[in-house]
Amino acid sequence: MAVIDQTTKFGKVFWPVLAWGIALIFFFPIFWMVFTSFKTDADAVKPEYLFTFKPTLENYLNMTDNYDYWRFAINSVITSTFATGLALVVGVPAAYAMSFNPSRHTKDILVWMLSTKMLPAAAVLYPMTFLTKNFLQIYDTHFLVIIVLCLINLPIVIWMLFTYFKEIPKEIIEAGKMDGVSTWGEIKDILIPLAWGGVASTALLCFIFCWNEAYWTVRLTTTEASTLSKLIEGNRAPEGLFFGRLSAVSTAAVGPIVILGWFCQKQLVRGLTFGAVK
Amino acid sequence: MNLVCKTALALTLGAATATTASAADELTIAIVNNGHMINMQKVAGAYAARTGIKLNWVSLEEGVLREQVTSDTATGGGQYDIINIGMQEAPIWGAAGWIEPLNFGDDYDLDDMLPAIRNGLSHEGQLYAAPFYGESSMVMYRKDLADAAGVSIKDNDSWDNIKAAAEAMHKPDEGVYGACLRGKPGWGDNMAFITTMVNSFGGAWFDKDMKPQLESQEWKDAINFYVDLLGNYGPPGSEGNSFNEILALYNEGKCGMWIDATIAASFLEVEGVAYAQSPNAGNPVGANWLWAWAMAVPAGSPNSEESMKFIEWATSKDYIKAVADHPEFGWGSVPTGTRASTYAYPEFQEAAGFAAAEMAAIESAAPEATDLKPYVGVQFAAIPEFPEVGGAVAQEMAAALSGAKSVDEALAAAQEAADAIMQEAGYY
Repeated sequence: MAVIDQTTKFGKVFWPVLAWGIALIFFFPIFWMVFTSFKTDADAVKPEYLFTFKPTLENYLNMTDNYDYWRFAINSVITSTFATGLALVVGVPAAYAMSFNPSRHTKDILVWMLSTKMLPAAAVLYPMTFLTKNFLQIYDTHFLVIIVLCLINLPIVIWMLFTYFKEIPKEIIEAGKMDGVSTWGEIKDILIPLAWGGVASTALLCFIFCWNEAYWTVRLTTTEASTLSKLIEGNRAPEGLFFGRLSAVSTAAVGPIVILGWFCQKQLVRGLTFGAVK
Repeated sequence: MNLVCKTALALTLGAATATTASAADELTIAIVNNGHMINMQKVAGAYAARTGIKLNWVSLEEGVLREQVTSDTATGGGQYDIINIGMQEAPIWGAAGWIEPLNFGDDYDLDDMLPAIRNGLSHEGQLYAAPFYGESSMVMYRKDLADAAGVSIKDNDSWDNIKAAAEAMHKPDEGVYGACLRGKPGWGDNMAFITTMVNSFGGAWFDKDMKPQLESQEWKDAINFYVDLLGNYGPPGSEGNSFNEILALYNEGKCGMWIDATIAASFLEVEGVAYAQSPNAGNPVGANWLWAWAMAVPAGSPNSEESMKFIEWATSKDYIKAVADHPEFGWGSVPTGTRASTYAYPEFQEAAGFAAAEMAAIESAAPEATDLKPYVGVQFAAIPEFPEVGGAVAQEMAAALSGAKSVDEALAAAQEAADAIMQEAGYY
């Protein structure tokens, strides 16, 4: 395959055009979703109104008036925030221990943790439903959703933090130890300030994953702890094309996380590309 | 560290306990997301105001609804006071004691309920789920295109005539396809249509011993016809099309005819649509399907009395009138396919041009077991294993339609899969 030199005149035009082209392709579904959300359900499926139509806020008003959007949104904020916080509370000490005091089983533990992500969620649906509903009686509670979201994302949180912490020279931690700093002090005063960027990007990614999680949040809730994923799920119809309404609900569901990602894109990119250019 | 941990735990537990309280004057209703149920949420505001009962609606996609409601009902979870179930589940769950028998007052006028729908939702004559909407299947075709092509489609036409009409209207260069039919795999998708077609060829899913009959001559004839009709005169990529995809194509003016649920007629926005009863290849029994979404009360529900009262209201003649009188709706939005009295209203007949065809289709549907089809159900068999059997066979039929397998290969594989499931279930 021929390589196009970035420094040539052609390369200077080609690469940005290619990058913009790819970015637009990726962005187009989101654009179309937002665009469609301002059409009525009837207009959304008519070819003559593909680009020219009378915009309406009907779908958004309907969503807040009849679908209790804010209840779902607040539940998403609560569960994603606490699940992320809990994952960090567990993940930071775990990653610290594995980075600076590894045992001969550390690698095995890391691989095992990651392997739990390979278990099909459907395989444990019935035991989870039965256990949480009939035995523990925590079905449809924020507590359950927080715990589940935390556990789902914990392997990734620990892996990410582990790779960040491994970047920090062990000598710095040891120097702190020689100065009489406690373990908690090492984490709080040395490790977290040094790896702050990594911790922030891990938290952000974890929050995004929690926000977008749909399998368990749909199946382990009914009314009290339902998140925005469930609101979207409930607007899919097997008989009838309600694209305007569905687009509005989807836009309102992904909107907050897109805005959050926009503001934190620097940390996100750093988190996602960490170690890629070493 | 201790402080951080304690705070996080306290907040988490606080959030959890804050959400576990529930009042006894609330009803939680799991609903399928369709137009009639969406409307009900608005119309039921008056019921909630009158009774003081708060109604919590949990709207779910059909597949997820089945999954959640089945696991909740089977485990006695008690998350829902009222559940939406279909005609496939109602008699099975009623027989299993998972849902309460429904007994309403004289004002409810049970005899007004369409007999086919009532029978389909009953077990041994006892109603277990009350319908809020029912449907059959029929032919919806573009009369303008048929007239221009010099063909006509009659009630209960022969499949050969249907094919000739599809061929005459088929103009892919102009973006018009002769016949749009379901091809997307799923027991409620392609198999709903295919089963009615097989029935009309004189075939059935099982024999009297419940052994699958998928390699019978009737199945071979029907599937060969289906693949030929849809492959030659259907839109490209039909193996990915179900109700919504075809609805979009039809409203874009790309379908000459569509054989599908009668509810589709209320969504059609193209001019010149005409209706005909489902075609057959000599056997009209089971050529058009029967389905209803209905409301049921899970067994042991602590709020069963209030739940039954709500169902009695939500499936009554008064409810239909309430939808018709609602400022946002009107007669064009009333739930159809449930009560004979609905079809007697001149206002409804005027608002719904398809009313007569729909009622004729529902009334002619034949879900009862016969010598030819020794199980209850038209486009499904009312046995717990059917979703699994239907799902496996659906994949094979889609493979035959796409050309990945020959019809004989697909039917042989389907037979093998169905046979294994039925044997494992202990039928023989």
